[in-house]
Parts: sequence; structure tokens; C-alpha cells
Amino acid sequence: MAEPKPKPKIRKESVSMPKQKPEVRKHNFNEVALGYTEEQAVAEAERCLQCPKPQCVGGCPVEIEIPAFIKLIKEHKFEKAIKKVKEKNSLPAICGRVCPQEEQCQQQCVMGKAGEPVSIGRLERFVADYEMKKGVKTPQKQPPIGKKIAVIGAGPAGLTVAADLAKLGHEVVIFEALHKPGGVLVYGIPEFRLPKKIVAAEADYVGKLGATIKPNALIGRLFTIPELLKKRFDAVFIGTGAGLPRFLRLPGENLGGIYSANEFLIRVNLMKSYGFPEYDTPIRIGKKVAVVGAGNVAMDSARSALRLGAEKVYIVYRRSRKEMPARAEEIENAEEEGIIFKLLTNPTRFFGDEKGWVKQMECIKMQLGEPDESGRRSPVPVEDSEFLMDVDTVIIAVGRTPNPIIQRTTEGLKTTKWGTIVVDETTGKTNLEGVYAGGDIVTGEATVISAMGAGKKAARAIHEYLMNRR
Amino acid sequence: MHKIVTKQELAPKIKLFKVYAPDIASKAKPGQFIILVVGEKGERIPLTIAGYDVHEGTVAFVFNEVGKTTKQLGCFGKGDSISNILGPLGNPSEIKKFGRVLCVGGGVMVAPLYLQVRAFRKAGNEVTTVIGARIEDLLIFEKEMKEASDKLYVATDDGSKGFKGLDFLKDLLKTGRFQRAVVMGPVVTMKTVSEITKQFNIPTVVTLTPIMVDGMGMCGVCRVTVGGETKFACIDGPEFNGHKVDFEELVKRQRLFLPEERISSLFWEKMGGGCRGRA
Repeated sequence: MAEPKPKPKIRKESVSMPKQKPEVRKHNFNEVALGYTEEQAVAEAERCLQCPKPQCVGGCPVEIEIPAFIKLIKEHKFEKAIKKVKEKNSLPAICGRVCPQEEQCQQQCVMGKAGEPVSIGRLERFVADYEMKKGVKTPQKQPPIGKKIAVIGAGPAGLTVAADLAKLGHEVVIFEALHKPGGVLVYGIPEFRLPKKIVAAEADYVGKLGATIKPNALIGRLFTIPELLKKRFDAVFIGTGAGLPRFLRLPGENLGGIYSANEFLIRVNLMKSYGFPEYDTPIRIGKKVAVVGAGNVAMDSARSALRLGAEKVYIVYRRSRKEMPARAEEIENAEEEGIIFKLLTNPTRFFGDEKGWVKQMECIKMQLGEPDESGRRSPVPVEDSEFLMDVDTVIIAVGRTPNPIIQRTTEGLKTTKWGTIVVDETTGKTNLEGVYAGGDIVTGEATVISAMGAGKKAARAIHEYLMNRR
Repeated sequence: MHKIVTKQELAPKIKLFKVYAPDIASKAKPGQFIILVVGEKGERIPLTIAGYDVHEGTVAFVFNEVGKTTKQLGCFGKGDSISNILGPLGNPSEIKKFGRVLCVGGGVMVAPLYLQVRAFRKAGNEVTTVIGARIEDLLIFEKEMKEASDKLYVATDDGSKGFKGLDFLKDLLKTGRFQRAVVMGPVVTMKTVSEITKQFNIPTVVTLTPIMVDGMGMCGVCRVTVGGETKFACIDGPEFNGHKVDFEELVKRQRLFLPEERISSLFWEKMGGGCRGRA
């Protein structure tokens, strides 16, 4: 009698995703990560244990039924798999690329205890891209309920609220201040991490769900929130993000060649300066570029500078490697491309040439002291350790603060001393009747997915509020 | 899309457009500006609002054809459409009764100054206006300003019309008492006038037009030093105390992209830019 076949063992390592080679990709703006093939996706999906009580779902801010969609991939039912994802998430191609899955769903994955967690993000991206290649189907619209909601800002939070409410049959108008929808997805995150045609396609999908996107509409200046509520809307959602750049407030900071990361990235991403002069908006990049800060925005800036032709690009950060706030994957990508890390280093002032362009940056060495309120060891300057760095471009990427226009023009709206809007955590409700908020405008600078999670909660609360109000 | 309903050439290369933008028209106030984008690959440029009409639903602005975008815009005719216009942006001017107000305008900024002159007059002020240009041919809005102001002076850089330069302002300020001065024009004009009014202790408001991208506080390229502090012209301004602005820095920052602006213009012309086939 033949012995029963042993069950094939599950691979401990996840299937790696093909990437453009560093020496090639550092000269172009094409996407770095190329995505799974069908075979790779199925192989990765087979690693999912289909846990009866899946932990991953609890780690997902938008509550995707992760094991269910992975099972469908395993069964080669890709169309059904994307449908499953889209029940909860209207922006899967975006999330599959930019979510920090390693801190969310994948951190909870049981497979992670024995080896590597299932690459949920890559699988999400795979099914989203699969559908996009085949042509996204227009979902069936719900009969109208007769309620109208104004969503301010077409970023991750706003698009999510709009999609969820439109799916329920509400009439939604998204007011976007820029000339293209997407918010940080279109002005902040570079093309090589998130192609803009993907953002456009997913924003378009939100439109197909029934939401209307009005670009060039800056609420606060064009209409105020009280006017929107009086005019024709039953509820308002504020998702205006953390769009204001933080500067260092150091002498010489207004010299030419010193950009806020926001300015640099808006020029490069939204305005496509890398295509200058075919595109009108210029960008000037020097040979030696210093990026101050070590978050994802700093990595994006450094890697963009490299692609624009800089010879040496430094990340200048006042703490040590361990405290760098960027995703591990992004730090790794930057390092592979040749970005130089100058850690425990802090700028103190800038010197310029006679024309007013930056030419040197004075820095001081730092050492780590006691932990501060964030729990990270706080950096302390080392006395008399100042030194000069030759630079011709500096990009300040030390964080962003909330845009104040709504707060300044909405009487009575409760805000914190940092300018963020105060809301009820479970519903996103502000202190004003019918006004909700979510995303970075509430939390301060955070992630795309947490903004989407907030949008999801707010959509649910707004629906409940409107249906109970007679 | 915003249809151009009026196109008028005020002087060589200086054009006035009135565009259909009813929402903006219903909200615009003197001192505010718009940002427009011409075409899919266009840049975002700020332009000070020079007029608005709630009934017609139109907004007016005046521009000088100096760079690629303004040259391209100059080729647009009545009936053409501008794809993206954002506004109104910036804080409105402080318009109230001060008493005697001195309004000084230079170049294309004379057009938005006309809005201010009328608003100050309407608020019960006695308005003395000074308008200037490099040469006589480039002077705009003279007739309108004459009608709108209590007194009008004209100055040109070369003296081809009216006073030569702005030195005469000193005599004007010696004899007349002003409670407020408003200056809109090139940085040099705003700087010169602010230096003169400072000697006479006249509170002076200047309208700054640095480089901008988004125009709503996001990029910080429009940062200016006012009284030692960094401000964003787009959301903290565009009007500031002329006696506290660091004009030297402003001039340098306005010139940051001059070489690129030339390249952009040349590239456009080489690629067949120009007004061929357009009205």
C-alpha cells in the first residue's frame, strides 16, 4: 500500500515582489515595485492559514475581510477577490502600495510568528491592478436617499467618506482645493511609489460610485461651512489634511535652494517638474542635496532629488537610526539607491552666496539623552561640534501641520492648540451640528490608511445621523 | 472651465480679461487674488483680482505678457476657456474710513488698485491716487482713476508723462496729511514708497506678489520676512505693513527661477508657441 502523500509544507518566507534594480530606478520616475504575477500571487495566497479567528482583520483600519479575499486569489477567482476587497475599501490599488501593512494587518498575521507574515498588501495590490487592467466595472448605484453631504478635501479621508456614503445612496459633493483630486496621494507621494494614473483611476471610481468631485474649490474662502449647511447640504465632512509645512526657524532659511518638502514634492509630483520644460513648473536641483528629517516624506524627497540628477543626497537626522520614523521598506529602498545617512546631526544655520542661494549648512553633532514624551531618546547637542556641509539644495522635511483656513473661517469650531479639529473618536463628530472631521486634520500628520479608517467611521456616523434625523 | 467674456488690450502686452466665474465673483473682495492654470501641463500663477461683478458672474484680472504662461494666456481670445481658476485667495483688504488715503500703484497693479480706490472712496475716505509706469505708453486706467479719485497724480520712470520718478511724493506728503497709504506695484515701487511714508509716519500697506504654487499655505515658497518673522504671503497676506517687510529678501526670492522662466518661454516659442490660428 502506498503511503499517504505528505502535505506540502507551507513556505516560511513570503514570495518576494520584483523591483526595478537600484542602479536603473534611481534615474527614472517609474514605479519601483513591479507587483506580483498571477503565479506569484497564488503562491503567496497559499501561505494564508485561513485562521478561524483571523487576527489580521483587526489590524485593518478599513476592516477588509482579508482571509476571504486571499482564499479567492488561491482559487484563481481574481475578479471575485477584488469585489470582496472593494466591499470595504474603495481605494485598493492605493492602499496596496502605500499602507504600512507591516504595522497593521501583517503585524497580526500568525505566519509572522514562524517566519514572514503573508504579504497582504502585495495581494491587495495584485487584485486591484488585475481589475484595472481588465477595466474597472461601474458598480450599480443605490436608489437615492435624498440627503446631500459636502466633503471637504479629496484626499484619502475625503474619498473614503464619499465612496461609503455614495454606496449607501447619498448625494455627495467633494470640494477639492487643488486642480486634481487625491490630496497627499497626488501632491505628496512620488510617482515611483504611487503612479498618478492609479490615483486618478481610483478617484474616478469614487466618482462612478456617484460622488461629484469639484476641483479648484477652497472651502473657507469660496464658501464657508455654515454657508454649505445653510445652502443645500445636510452634513459636512472636513478632511483637509496636514498640508502646512513646518520650517526649522533657523537663520538663512529663506535663501534660494531651500525648499519645504511640501514645495519640493508639490512641484515634482502634482506639477510634474521632472518633465520641465514640457511641463511649465520648474524645479532646480543642485549636486549636493541635504534632506532634513527621516520620515517617509524625507525618504520620498531624497529619492526624488536623486532622480532629478543630484550627485550626492544626504538624509540629515538629529536622532539615530532606530528612531527614524520612515517605514523600514522605504529606508531600505533609499539606502539601496545610494542615499547617504548623516545621523545624530542637526542643522543650526544656512549660508548663501551673493545671489541669495544656499551654499553651506552649519550642523551640530548630537547625542541621545533621556527619553522624551514620545518615548524616544531625545537628542542633545554635543558642545563645540559644529561643522559645515557644502550643499546647494536643502529640503526641510520635519513634519506638516494642519491647514488653518477652515478653522479660521468656521466660527465656533472646536480646535486644539495645535490647530487640529476636536472630534468624538468613534464617530468623527465635531462640536458643530452635522459637521464631521477625520484624517490628518484631526490626528496631525499620520498615514493614508488611518485617514481612510477615520473616513469609514465618519461615513457610518453621518449615515446614522441623517437617517435618524427627521 | 471658465469662459473669457471680455478681452481688452490696455497697453502693449498688457491685457485685461473678464472671465465667467460666478462663485468666485460672489465672494471676491478687494485685495484678494486668484490662481490659474493654463492647460494640462501648465503652472499655477497668482493674479490679483482687478474687478468682479456678481450680476454678470465675472471676475477681472490684468496681466503683463512677460513669461510663458502670460504670453500663452495673451493668445486666448474672447470665447476661449481657462481650465482651472482657484479663488478668491488671501485675506481681503482692510477697507474702512481712515480719513485721507494715499493710493499708489505701478505697472499692471494699477488695475487692482482701482478696486481699492473705489472701495476706500465708498467707505468715506478722501483718496489721493498716484499711478505710474515705466513709460507713458504703458500707463493704464488713467481715465478711470481720474474719475474715481479725489486727486490723481501720474508718474513715469523716464518722465515721458507726469512726474519723473516718485520723489515728488515727499513734497506731497509734506503738504497733505494722510492717515493711510496703500501701495500696489513692483517691489521697487513698494519699497521706495514705504521708505518715504515711513519718514512721515503714515501707516502703509503693501500687496506682495511673490512666487506661489498652491496659494493656500501648503508649499511655503511665498515666504516673506515681516518684522523679523517668516510669513506666508498667500494665507497671512497678501497685504503687509510696508514698513516691516524685508524687500531685499523679497526681490531675491522673486528671482529664484528667472533662468528657468526664460527656458520655459524659449521652449514654448521653439515648439511653435504663439498666437497663430487664434483670435
